[in-house]
Amino acid sequence: MKIIRIDKTDWDSGLKKSADHYRLVGPTQEKDFFLYKPLKPGKAPDMSFSNTRLSAKGTIYPQSHTLFTYSLDPDQKDHHLLIEPENENPPTAVIGIRPCDAAAFVQVRRNFDAPDYQDPYWLNAYENTVLVGLACDQPGPACFCTSTGGGPYDGTALDLLLADNDNHYLAQVVSDKGAAFIEKAGWAGEVETDAAMQIFQARKAAAEDKIRSTVDTDHLADAGTMALYDAPFWEDVAFACINCGTCTFLCPTCWCFDIQDETHGMSGQRLRIWDSCMFPLFTRHGTGHNPRGEKVQRVRQRFMHKLKYYVDKYEAGVQCVGCGRCVLQCPVNIDIRKVCELMNNAGKQPVTCTA
Amino acid sequence: MIDYIDKIKQISKQILTDCRVDMVIGFRQGTVPMMNEPCFAKTVDDVDAFVWDSHCGINLANYLTGRKEKIGIIAKGCDTRNIVTHIIENKIDRDRLYIIGVPCRGMVDRRKVNALCDSIYEVTEQGDTVKVTGENLDRQLARADLLQENCTTCVHPNPVIYDELVADEVEVHTDVDRWADVKKIEAMGSDEKWSYFDDLLKECIRCYACRNACPLCYCPTCFVDESKPQWMGKGQDETDVRTFHFLRAYHCAGRCTDCGACARACPVGIDMRVFTRKLEKDCFDLYGWEAGLTLDVRPPLDTYQADDPEEFIK
Repeated sequence: MKIIRIDKTDWDSGLKKSADHYRLVGPTQEKDFFLYKPLKPGKAPDMSFSNTRLSAKGTIYPQSHTLFTYSLDPDQKDHHLLIEPENENPPTAVIGIRPCDAAAFVQVRRNFDAPDYQDPYWLNAYENTVLVGLACDQPGPACFCTSTGGGPYDGTALDLLLADNDNHYLAQVVSDKGAAFIEKAGWAGEVETDAAMQIFQARKAAAEDKIRSTVDTDHLADAGTMALYDAPFWEDVAFACINCGTCTFLCPTCWCFDIQDETHGMSGQRLRIWDSCMFPLFTRHGTGHNPRGEKVQRVRQRFMHKLKYYVDKYEAGVQCVGCGRCVLQCPVNIDIRKVCELMNNAGKQPVTCTA
Repeated sequence: MIDYIDKIKQISKQILTDCRVDMVIGFRQGTVPMMNEPCFAKTVDDVDAFVWDSHCGINLANYLTGRKEKIGIIAKGCDTRNIVTHIIENKIDRDRLYIIGVPCRGMVDRRKVNALCDSIYEVTEQGDTVKVTGENLDRQLARADLLQENCTTCVHPNPVIYDELVADEVEVHTDVDRWADVKKIEAMGSDEKWSYFDDLLKECIRCYACRNACPLCYCPTCFVDESKPQWMGKGQDETDVRTFHFLRAYHCAGRCTDCGACARACPVGIDMRVFTRKLEKDCFDLYGWEAGLTLDVRPPLDTYQADDPEEFIK
């Protein structure tokens, strides 16, 4: 793999050059936390963050997205027609995305890019985005990415993987998209691969050493679906839950949405907005019946989806990248690591046969 | 505070053993620093998991709504005021409760501690000192400097209604300006207020953690979720975001105890207490009213008198 050295003195100027070709999005501090925001011209991404409070999910899949607008005014041209926004997804570079958030796009893609259905909005945004990843040297206190198939130096879901190596970055060029970005930025200092890879390896080992929690997922696939569904621990797990949307909105792998038409006078728009399986309204039928009317059913759904249904449906592991956001921000300390352990342990028990 | 736990466990076990209650609602040790998890104990053995320290800020009255069992509940001053409000609003019967009152010395604001470094590993306390360990961090801090803002101005730290107290009542602040924060905003000009509120709410992701952490928010369908008619949009439009926060606050007028559950729950650090605080002060100034102090008086906003002033009707 090609590895480029980017001196930090050349970082800002390279980004500036790339901005002629890409819309730049990067980590930005707002009050006491970081999130990804479009970078204003000349504004450098703040690479000093540990991880962002809000994931990079919204860079490709905005919380609130106008699918089309319409006019109901017969005097207007194109009235009663659905008008799609123009030039929605210019080439975009997400600077400083962490490996966990990039891995989440791979997981989410299985839903949005399925054989039978493809989501044009998500796919178009994804295809037009280059992920300029920053390896993670300071995993947070609730991180467990190495238990979910990833790692702080896992570049597989990225286009570029940058390691912060003192006065310069070392950039692994993972994909053609990444190579194109490097070229536009004008960074050309290719270095000898083996020596650079040794640096990556050493930094990777140091970063992985700082990950303080591990979660076993090896028995989830074997566990009986109904045995897990009817497991005795759900009442205890769900008790504290207040059914807010913190876990699902902060989660980089939660993809559920709602569609809303908003009409103001004679004009309106159709919005796609994030929804949450924690909200009672999520499943309420037109009749008023709600198949998940109780909190315990909704909490169970969230964990069953991430740790059982997804595992069985795609056979590619859990729907979780171990970023720890839900763990740290849940207002009542419901911890997916603990729930995963309960579910995985349940899977260890042999299915009893009464025949 | 941590010295309360033996008494809490003793009472909890006793009322379960005596079948006074079907369950006791309390806290168990959390999995991350400064976060304890609300939980229930249905057996004497379950009670052993209970903890009590400076990280029990969640208002447990929120877990009483609509429950049918006989319940023991561990309650701080603010929790008991919300229990009183629940009883007044017919959300729970007094007869079905056994209130284990905890005189409160204030709860630690985890944001103040988290601001010290990116990775906090452990927070322990002894008396008035809190010991914080994290990435390249090992510090002893005064507990008083780390308290939630609402706790620093609280004048009702002692349970107002209880079946048993776990300790002697704590001393009540008399030297605080209870409304300094509200007065500061009242003194702003319109433009300044506008930009202040604009900045306050700009990170809101509408997860509704503030609403759902609040014991007062128990409507079967919240106005934001109504679809016939739909009162407001559900996207990130700033008018909709503000409408949610303003209306939520108004629904709490004369009912809010400033327990801080809303601000504590917010994943993006918004102090939406700014709104409820103003209403709390207005209720205090206009009606001499503080929510949840007594079962014997109807709250001013759900009653009327024939001689109520009506100059506002033009």
